Amino acid sequence: MKILVAIKQVPVRDSTLRVDAAGRWIDEADLSFEINEPDAYALEEALQLKEKHGGEVVALCAGPGRAQTTIREALAKGADRAVHVEEENLGAFDSLGVARLLAAAAKAENADLILTGLQSDDLGSGQTGVIMAELLGLPHSTIIMQAEVNGAAIRVKRELEDGWFQHIAMPLPAVLTIQSGINKLRYATLMGIKKAKTKEIKRVTAAELGIAPAAGVRIEKLYAPHKAKQAQIFEGDAKTAAAALVEKLKFEVRVL
Amino acid sequence: MSILAILEHNAGALHRMSFETLAAAQELAAALGTEVEAAVVGSGIGALATEAASKKVAKVWAAEDTALANYTSDGYTMAVEALIRKTAPALVLFPHTYQTRDYAPKLATRFERALVGDVIAARNEGGSLVFVRQLFQGKLNADVRAEGAGPQFVSLQAGAWRADAVVAGSAPVETFSPGLDASKIRQTAEAPFRESSRAVDLTAAEIIVSVGRGIGEKDKIAVVEGLARALGAELAASRPICDAGWLPMERQVGSSGQTVSPKMYVAVGISGAIQHLVGMKGSKTIVAINKDANAPIFEVADYGIVGDLFEVVPALIAEIQKAKS
Ligand SMILES: Cc1cc2nc3c(=O)[nH]c(=O)nc-3n(C[C@H](O)[C@H](O)[C@H](O)COP(=O)(O)OP(=O)(O)OC[C@H]3O[C@@H](n4cnc5c(N)ncnc54)[C@H](O)[C@@H]3O)c2cc1C
Ligand SMILES: Nc1ncnc2c1ncn2[C@@H]1O[C@H](COP(=O)(O)O)[C@@H](O)[C@H]1O
Repeated sequence: MKILVAIKQVPVRDSTLRVDAAGRWIDEADLSFEINEPDAYALEEALQLKEKHGGEVVALCAGPGRAQTTIREALAKGADRAVHVEEENLGAFDSLGVARLLAAAAKAENADLILTGLQSDDLGSGQTGVIMAELLGLPHSTIIMQAEVNGAAIRVKRELEDGWFQHIAMPLPAVLTIQSGINKLRYATLMGIKKAKTKEIKRVTAAELGIAPAAGVRIEKLYAPHKAKQAQIFEGDAKTAAAALVEKLKFEVRVL
Repeated sequence: MSILAILEHNAGALHRMSFETLAAAQELAAALGTEVEAAVVGSGIGALATEAASKKVAKVWAAEDTALANYTSDGYTMAVEALIRKTAPALVLFPHTYQTRDYAPKLATRFERALVGDVIAARNEGGSLVFVRQLFQGKLNADVRAEGAGPQFVSLQAGAWRADAVVAGSAPVETFSPGLDASKIRQTAEAPFRESSRAVDLTAAEIIVSVGRGIGEKDKIAVVEGLARALGAELAASRPICDAGWLPMERQVGSSGQTVSPKMYVAVGISGAIQHLVGMKGSKTIVAINKDANAPIFEVADYGIVGDLFEVVPALIAEIQKAKS
């Protein structure tokens, strides 16, 4: 079975973010980047399905040149090869535009299963996989916590709110958006890292895929949120702050 | 060119967030000088449509089809697509629920639009709407504009509008038959279920101490456990802690975990992503300990200490013990 996994490169968690001069995106100059968290789980799920059913895992990433480091990491973890839609300014595409790029690249691969993360840590749109499914004419399901392939069909466990779940079955090929925590992530082995260096990364551009930048939905301004409710912050060293807080807990919150 | 509010329902009742969506629709309709139509989609939903018709809307659509008895992304997409083609709204509003996440992007794609998802505010600027979304897990906000002819598709974050702000009224209900071809629905949905009964009922706890990814590694959780013990509190966690298997799932607070409202909730090394906040922002008093002064958790906190939890928590335990003795 051939499994395509969409992986996105995003700024490392806990990065200090600054808005750039144009005020529409972050200043990326001093940032480090990593794989979007749910995408790491999507990749792991693909690798486990391959181990069970055989086949091939192909990583698919749209992004600038720097995304190559994240692609190599996916290859080091066990993806067989990768497709990189190289696009320096992904910001010129909205979610529909990015999904069009990915769907166009995916189409050529004819995969049995396409996995994406459920949401990106930077944009947080939570829709790229669902749009891809529609563009490719495939059934889909979202926020998946378990996937079981039975021949030409797949049965998944979909997360609902408040601790509820539901099983959904659908024919393959299909698209699933994977939730963090579906499996246990592996680390790349030294051997894997070595092998990754020789694995194929196929590069295509938006122009080659015949997709022009278009953003029906556009970011006009990026800014730090206004503070709605000011928390009372206790200053000073740990001991001083802790003492002031405990005073509140004892005499105002009355929990001590 | 009206606003169409899609109302979600669950187990025979309208979802609380459906009323938030109605409130938003009413507010935006007033700002734009247009009116609201609401839609309930499903099978046997007449009573729910009647309930919605007691609000100030121009009309309630009951989109009925036996093929919609169980939610499926294919079925709902086809039904709502047909309704939108019939009513041609300028704006379609959804509550940003798991169900909306599952089909609204597919629906919007059929109209060659991208959904503006998880919106926290909207305002009229010169006759067109500017929407506010959270980026980078709530660390930054973005003003977003959707261009081109409608319909535009927008989903609204839980709690961003007040359900009790919905204005009452009286509206006609019109039944709409989307005429679905059930053979085009590719998903088969089984009945929703809960994992085996929860051994830990966080909702009963008076005080909760909750640990997040700031703890760094499993073995360090003992530090926060110590604080819970000193306060006589129940220990809870954010999702990544449970995903990693450091604590069992049943201790997870948030949209996919438990919703709690204790007398005091202490968030240690938790950034305050919306999916965590919805599970605990009803707490009476919220205390946050985080090394990042800009962490969104401080937006909902009453008291906070900005600092390294490995210094703050032991100091806090010592002070609590002093205060108790
Ligand atoms: C559909 C969906 C459902 C979800 N459901 C849930 C849910 O039910 N519950 C939930 O919690 N999440 C849920 N999430 C995930 C959520 O979006 C966040 O990713 C998650 O809440 C982040 O957890 P965190 O705050 O512990 O980690 P992070 O966001 O990584 O934050 C860690 C924090 O620790 C601080 N920190 C680091 N080191 C220290 C230190 N030494 N001292 C003090 N502070 C420190 C950092 O400044 C940071 O603010 C869901 C996501 C989606 C998309
Ligand atoms: N530029 C991209 N390259 C590869 N995958 C992406 C890209 N953008 C989004 N995705 C995938 O789509 C998922 C959801 O992203 P989003 O819709 O932006 O929240 C991510 O978790 C990725 O799996």
